Amino acid sequence: MTHARRLTLAHLWLAFAAFAVACVLGVWQMWARSPLPAPLLTANAYFTSVTAHGVAMAYVLTTFMVMGFGYYVAETALGRPLPFPRIAWLAFLVGILGVAMAVVTIFGGTATVLFTFYPPLTASPWFYIGLVLVVAASWAWCGIMIAAMAGWKRENPGRPVPLAMFATVANAVMWLWTTVGVSAELVFQVIPAAFGWNLGIDVGLSRTLFSWTLHAIVYFWLIPSYIAFYTMAPQAAGGRLYSDTMGRLTFILFLIYSLPVGMHHLFMDPQQSNAFKFLQMSLTALVAAPTLLTVFTITASMEIAGRLRGGRGLFGWIAALPWERPMVLATGLAFFMLWFGGGGGLINMSYGMNAMVHNTSWVTAHFHLIFGGTVVIMYFAIAYAIWPTLTGRTPASLKAQRVQLWLWFIGMMVLTLPWHYLGLQGQWRRVATFNYADPIIAAWGPWVLVSFAGGLILLASAGLFIWNLLEFHRARAVAFSALRPLYAVAVHPPARVPAALNGFALWNVLVLVLMIAAYGYPIAQAFWINAPQAIIHRVDGRG
Amino acid sequence: MAVSEEAILRSELRWTIVVTGTITVIMVAILYAGIVHHINPPSNIETVDPKTLHLTGEFTEENLGTSIDAGGQITARMVATQFAFQPQCILLPANKRVTLRFASPDVIHGILVTGTNVNTMIVPGYVSQVHTVFTRTGDLLMPCHEYCGLGHSQMWATVRVVPEAEFKPDGSGRALCDAR
Ligand code: HEM
Ligand SMILES: [Cu+2]
Ligand SMILES: [Cu+2]
Repeated sequence: MTHARRLTLAHLWLAFAAFAVACVLGVWQMWARSPLPAPLLTANAYFTSVTAHGVAMAYVLTTFMVMGFGYYVAETALGRPLPFPRIAWLAFLVGILGVAMAVVTIFGGTATVLFTFYPPLTASPWFYIGLVLVVAASWAWCGIMIAAMAGWKRENPGRPVPLAMFATVANAVMWLWTTVGVSAELVFQVIPAAFGWNLGIDVGLSRTLFSWTLHAIVYFWLIPSYIAFYTMAPQAAGGRLYSDTMGRLTFILFLIYSLPVGMHHLFMDPQQSNAFKFLQMSLTALVAAPTLLTVFTITASMEIAGRLRGGRGLFGWIAALPWERPMVLATGLAFFMLWFGGGGGLINMSYGMNAMVHNTSWVTAHFHLIFGGTVVIMYFAIAYAIWPTLTGRTPASLKAQRVQLWLWFIGMMVLTLPWHYLGLQGQWRRVATFNYADPIIAAWGPWVLVSFAGGLILLASAGLFIWNLLEFHRARAVAFSALRPLYAVAVHPPARVPAALNGFALWNVLVLVLMIAAYGYPIAQAFWINAPQAIIHRVDGRG
Repeated sequence: MAVSEEAILRSELRWTIVVTGTITVIMVAILYAGIVHHINPPSNIETVDPKTLHLTGEFTEENLGTSIDAGGQITARMVATQFAFQPQCILLPANKRVTLRFASPDVIHGILVTGTNVNTMIVPGYVSQVHTVFTRTGDLLMPCHEYCGLGHSQMWATVRVVPEAEFKPDGSGRALCDAR
């Protein structure tokens, strides 16, 4: 096995192990919020659990999945060995060390601050340093991805970079920009405060810096799923990618518009003006564009596959698609959830309507649907597609994989639809126990129980997923030659593409300009408003 | 597949027009709501020192709760602190424009009022201000909606909305829940 494949296996196993544990915690949390008495429930246990669940899902599952998949794409799409494998292993070890530090501090009770960095509530410094190490590992990954693409371009002058790799590098470049905000917040504000070197902190500034990261990080999690949409799904369906250029354009738009928009998380904050909230909201509206373009291109690609398989009529091609293949099924289910989740997202971003939903259960339900649903179901599909090429083994029947994907989809709908509804009723998020003696809250009880049932279905699906992965290690071996290539070819594969669609230099300049326009003043204002500092509140018992 | 490159390009251009149109409609709707209906988020950028909040200025104890000024402006002031609001209940009239003002001496909190669109973060260092009109009378629940520590789940207050005729401030222009 090559370095890249061993790296991929190590990263993906870590990602999915964290995911499985976090699912157990998630179900228990929903139980705690329901009218049924949950075992072991105290405020401390609940917030320890939500911190662990949030960190595991948002930082560990995602970062290691993105990295592991990136190493895989760099080797297979470019068809050359991964550069700097030793640095990649070192980064993996640093990442594991960081995760271990986070686990120890969270379960040691010195980091019950949830997964968002909102001082003056401050955890043990080792919690933050652990997470900085995870980010540092991902920076090494970014460097390796950029180097891999540059190396390929040198060997293949003038040829278009394969779309899967182009998208992976778009994600790496975006992630370098994304992490600037949270790193500045941690290094200059939060970690010094956590060590006790600072007694006060400018909270308006820290929230603004965190918002810099908060939206683009979601696209960092999402891009592997989009790579699967563009390259793996049309291939699995037996078709072709409708348009390679549209794919490139989509990933470039993600790079540009996911960054200068984070302030839509601060609509309800007092420290920023309507002018910048409005500006960033307008830019947010534009991120709908790459998503809508993707829906079009992927649907058209699937139509090609359906018609090649004999589908006729306006909708006949849909029935003709090979739904028994996990990648095709997952794409269909992911798109279904994307419609709901995208609609919800439009409400969140609307400046005025945000007041109706901000910090209610609507928001938690929304990101479970779009992130836990659309994104994670594609992580499953990617795992099912690449694992046989990693171990050389595959189970005789794919039925268990299809059942697992359906369970995840059904569970996610059952979990999130009532959860959304409760948000509109005013149920708020991040609460360990509700006072069900209050008549308003009592009426919410039955709906929380439905969500709890959805959680149990999801847990069953997560268990089956792990079992399915183990099957790839113990099933009867198959020959490598039996495995189809993974990435689709375009209907008209481009022989050449303009330099702007084959690299990121130009786009980095544009991002810089947009970031200065969107965040320059909002960050700089902290230095002349000079808001009075808040006193640090440490939760680790030292302050 | 016999789809020519030109046909693909044409279909993509058509779709791009649809996408542009959709986004334009959404933007116009939001602009309309903001400009015509004054639906804007709370963004007053007003600072206050969390360390001296309780000692001087508008958020000292005797100023908290609802008061009506000489011009008839109705303002309710509250302090959000781990893990309670001061006061625990505010009294307000229905169908009149009221202003809510909040500050925190410790960590970040936030509030919403169930059944309404009142919503704001409460960030230490800043005053949060929301203008609204309550149309329904009764006791509304106002929970803290941002995690503020282990007691967060127990942190809530009541907004008591009474018909305009029953809203009777005392001689100094103040109206309190328990004074009724
Ligand atoms: C077994 C399925 C799951 C269940 C039952 C579940 C349930 C929950 C619950 C009850 C909360 C606490 C919400 C609150 O206190 O307001 C929560 C938080 C969270 N969940 Fe899940 N979850 C599940 C899967 C996932 C997945 C797959 C992801 C993403 C990949 C995810 C990401 C998160 C995050 C980031 C938070 C933190 C939210 C916050 O701090 O407000 N969850 N989840
Ligand atoms: Cu966002
Ligand atoms: Cu609070």
